[in-house]
Amino acid sequence: MSHVSHTEVAPEEGVNYMTDERPIAEGEIGPGCKKRDPIVIARDVTRSFGGINAVDVEYLEIPRHKITALIGPNGAGKTTLFNLLTGFDIPQSGTWEFDGRNLAGVSSYKVARMGMVRTFQLTKVMGKLTVMENMRLGASRQQGELLRNALFKAIWGGREKEITEQADALLVKFKLDAKKDDYAASLSGGQRKLLEMARALMVQPKLVMLDEPMAGVNPALTQSLLDHIKNLKAEGMTVLFVEHDMHVVRHIADWVVVMAEGKIVSEGPPGVVMKDPAVIDAYLGAHHDVDLGAAEGIRELEAVLEADEESIVGTEDAGIIAPEVVVSGLEEEDRK
Amino acid sequence: MQSTPRGPSKRGSTGIRKVTGAIFAVLLAVLMIAAPAAQATTPSPSPSPSPTTFQNNISGFLRDDARTPIPGVRIKATGNGFEGTATSSANGQWSIGVPVQGTYKVELDTSTLPQGIKLAEGQENPRNVTFSQTSNLSVIFAFGKGIVVQQQDLGQSILNRLVAGISFGLLLALASVGLSLIFGTTGLTNFAHGEMVTLGALALFAFNAWGVPFWLAVILALTGGAAFGYVQDLALWRPLRRRGMALVPMMIVSIGLALAVRYAYQFFFGGATQQLPGAQVTDVQIGPISVSPNTLWSLLISAVVIAAVGIVLLRTRLGKATRAVADNPALAAASGIDVDRVIRIVWVVGGLLAALGGVLWAYYRPGVTWDMGSQILLAIFAGVTLGGLGTVFGALIGSLVVGIFIELTSLVLPPDLKYVGALVVMIVVLLFRPQGILGRRERVG
Amino acid sequence: MDIGNILLLALGEFLTPTTAAYGLAALGLAVHFGYSGLLNFGQAGFMAIGAYGFAISTLQFKVPFIVGLLIAVVAASLFALLLGVPTLRLRADYLAIVTIAAAEIVRYIVTTNTLFRITGSADGLSSFQREFDTFNPFPAGTYIFGWSNRDFYVRVISWAVVILSAVIVWLLMRSPWGRVLKGIREDENAVRSLGKNVYSYKMQALVIGGILGALAGLLFTIPRGSVQPANYATDLTFFLWTVLLLGGMSTVLGPIVGAMIFWAVLSLTQNLLSGLIESGAVTFISTVQAGQLRFILVGVALMLLMVYRPQGVFGNKKELAFA
Ligand SMILES: Nc1ncnc2c1ncn2[C@@H]1O[C@H](COP(=O)(O)OP(=O)(O)O)[C@@H](O)[C@H]1O
Ligand SMILES: [Mg+2]
Repeated sequence: MSHVSHTEVAPEEGVNYMTDERPIAEGEIGPGCKKRDPIVIARDVTRSFGGINAVDVEYLEIPRHKITALIGPNGAGKTTLFNLLTGFDIPQSGTWEFDGRNLAGVSSYKVARMGMVRTFQLTKVMGKLTVMENMRLGASRQQGELLRNALFKAIWGGREKEITEQADALLVKFKLDAKKDDYAASLSGGQRKLLEMARALMVQPKLVMLDEPMAGVNPALTQSLLDHIKNLKAEGMTVLFVEHDMHVVRHIADWVVVMAEGKIVSEGPPGVVMKDPAVIDAYLGAHHDVDLGAAEGIRELEAVLEADEESIVGTEDAGIIAPEVVVSGLEEEDRK
Repeated sequence: MQSTPRGPSKRGSTGIRKVTGAIFAVLLAVLMIAAPAAQATTPSPSPSPSPTTFQNNISGFLRDDARTPIPGVRIKATGNGFEGTATSSANGQWSIGVPVQGTYKVELDTSTLPQGIKLAEGQENPRNVTFSQTSNLSVIFAFGKGIVVQQQDLGQSILNRLVAGISFGLLLALASVGLSLIFGTTGLTNFAHGEMVTLGALALFAFNAWGVPFWLAVILALTGGAAFGYVQDLALWRPLRRRGMALVPMMIVSIGLALAVRYAYQFFFGGATQQLPGAQVTDVQIGPISVSPNTLWSLLISAVVIAAVGIVLLRTRLGKATRAVADNPALAAASGIDVDRVIRIVWVVGGLLAALGGVLWAYYRPGVTWDMGSQILLAIFAGVTLGGLGTVFGALIGSLVVGIFIELTSLVLPPDLKYVGALVVMIVVLLFRPQGILGRRERVG
Repeated sequence: MDIGNILLLALGEFLTPTTAAYGLAALGLAVHFGYSGLLNFGQAGFMAIGAYGFAISTLQFKVPFIVGLLIAVVAASLFALLLGVPTLRLRADYLAIVTIAAAEIVRYIVTTNTLFRITGSADGLSSFQREFDTFNPFPAGTYIFGWSNRDFYVRVISWAVVILSAVIVWLLMRSPWGRVLKGIREDENAVRSLGKNVYSYKMQALVIGGILGALAGLLFTIPRGSVQPANYATDLTFFLWTVLLLGGMSTVLGPIVGAMIFWAVLSLTQNLLSGLIESGAVTFISTVQAGQLRFILVGVALMLLMVYRPQGVFGNKKELAFA
């Protein structure tokens, strides 16, 4: 991979990031601890939805050139934190920076251009474009994307060739090369995850943020996928990923951050974090699901509606009959 | 759309075939009744011998240079072997129906002009005018410097307009609450809602012309509106939802439906303006306000009906279920709410409210035409958008704002720009408060 | 009833300037909706702005033809910017409502009696085509299909404009710029996450499609030498959508062929019905009603197309814009 997607980051003299054993944290390890070399710093970032604090992060640093896993039960606020850091959502308070640059008020596309690229939990591939076109769309510095150059292939043809080669190499790695001329809509859920990740790498980011990259991916592929993620580190990239499978986390993460109910409840090396009682609490404490199938379900729902002052018919997704259900249903199918 | 479930899709598509037929069958049935009725009344004098029984009109507004209407002026049009006269009404309007389009000589009888008002220097009279493709030809007479007629007290006009505006706003709200409920529960932006409004007025006119007692005709018209909503959902929208059709294509289907239904109305009803019984009454004076009794009745009726809808939404189990479906259909379905049933009820109620709005609109304008609903469709949209897409109480407030705004701006805007102000305001509000007045901030990302 | 003549009349519709205008305006919609996912329900407004921009500037301000043309294009671009600024950051349906409202505002303004001196109000404006006619290089005489030299001239010019626009749109859409648009059509957040300024691309698409609409307004009015506000009601926009869906919305040829089919079918049904009525075969409808029946059919066609063949005649179902 190194011959295609070399990043701009100049490696520190003589450091091999794969075997770099210098300590990640500076000082004592614990929630919100300082890192030797942070790439992302967030302070007092909060976001609430209708009174529920989805994210309430006092202090968080993400270590550069490392693979950091973000774990936590469903609804802990991991995806929301991704949204906030990448400019897809606006926090009610707080400051956060990437690579020393303050990101408050910076729009999401600019964040991506700075080198902080994320994928989505609900995979976003362009089903009506071919796999190759999806990949090309990811590439940056394309003269042909400017309207004034678009009519003249002579201007952008060269770059198009370059990015096509780059995409070919990535597709081989992600075992999608046979599919490159197919419409992305024909891919399975797992393959879409892979395509989305490969497309994010086309941007040649400094930090990739992967929201549940392994969900729905064929188990036969996960091992090689994990190796790819590890290799990203070798090229000087930093990885932040959300994952539920503890084996995976233990296998590739250098550092683990645990969220529960919007807060960072624990962080540290995988071995240490998994023994932390706060983490076990976080997972067990999260099981207060409402059984909506039962008769009480509807009454409980009514109570919630009653309490929600604002709930007078209508929010963004109002009316779109259960898109989540359909999508997750599909993903179920893919897993089988 | 990648997620079209296989099973229901088959059912859906055969359903739709039945559907498309069914919808038109019902429509045609309603209209078959209306059509002979409309035609029957054309030769016999309709409640007011209005000049608009012809398809084509020569019309205009007489206003002096201070923009005050000039009533009681006689105007004559001759040409194509036809002669017709009209006298300008209280708001200066005059209209002469003519059988065919073509060139006419229009003459203003200067002897009927009020004291102190005369035609402007160089104003041709009589003059020749020619239709150009449209069925309405407006003719302007310019008036020169004369003695300014005593102006109506500004405060009083504002008060009059305000009452009219509230009445108009509430009748808009009848339509927009239904539109908003449908949008909230199904996500559909229904461009055919204007036709649901028209149906109420057309059906009432038809039943009435057919000899049905007025009260029964009203009930039948409203039932017709509700039935139209029901059939639409059953035969068209539900199968399309089953198919998993996305929202934008559904919106375009509603445009097709609007076109088809609207021209079907014209096909059967013709292009004429008809009047409902009692539509033309003189204004009454209540304290400082001079207002048409119909406007007051309309205000009262729509206020009561909307209050009732509000109470149902807030207090009853059905209302809660509706809000739950609008908030999160998946969750609502999981909690045992019959989402399809809720949506069906919403369509029936939406159709009924729209039909009632149509009846009131026919009295407010006054007049029944085949395209009367589509004329206020944008005002309805403006109300819904102002209030925040999909919020029912927002739609109510938004419509009131739109209605009052339209009436108040008519004090300064010429009548043919009446609706412009509200549309401009809607766009401006979107600039600063895209979620509307009561809507929630939109979720990002 | 002369079936042969009716068919000939329908075929004649293929090449009229009006068909060209519909095709071009629908091509603008294809740029908006087919390629970028922008719901423009105000294309009639863009056409009106083009037509009136040209007519008013040449009649009232006596500017030369080419300046009038530029004014029409600039006015349409400004209109697009005006509409885009408040709506392009919002959900798609806001753009739909704002464009349809704005187009109606334009129509009200050119219809009002208050501006009679400038716009001619309901009667519209006429005789602004004279300078255009002086450019006619074809000598007087009869040309193919019995066209006069002016008929021939306006058709050559109209279709030259359409073909040139189609080629440009095709070139744009196969470029990386077009790829970004197609990406936005499906999922703008995904495109954003890849570092593209979605807002700016949407604005560019809105302006380009709007300019095509304005040019279509010129093709619609210059050949007949007059412009009337009643032609620019929302129904025009809806007919254009029917044309777009008929041909296929994410194709360059689709809108143009769609316009040809649309007009040929309208002419065919009108003449057939009139023929039947005149010959006494059909007695239960009048000729006026026959005209209305056609528009009922347009509405039904729009619904059926959307349900059964949303990709249109030419479209590729896999590339269909609806996500
Ligand atoms: N757009 C939204 N509107 C309302 N609530 C939201 C929204 N996004 C997330 N939430 C709520 O915020 C909390 C955190 O969600 P999320 O970040 O998706 O969790 P995770 O990714 O850790 O599973 C949940 O309670 C969720 O319901
Ligand atoms: Mg998540």
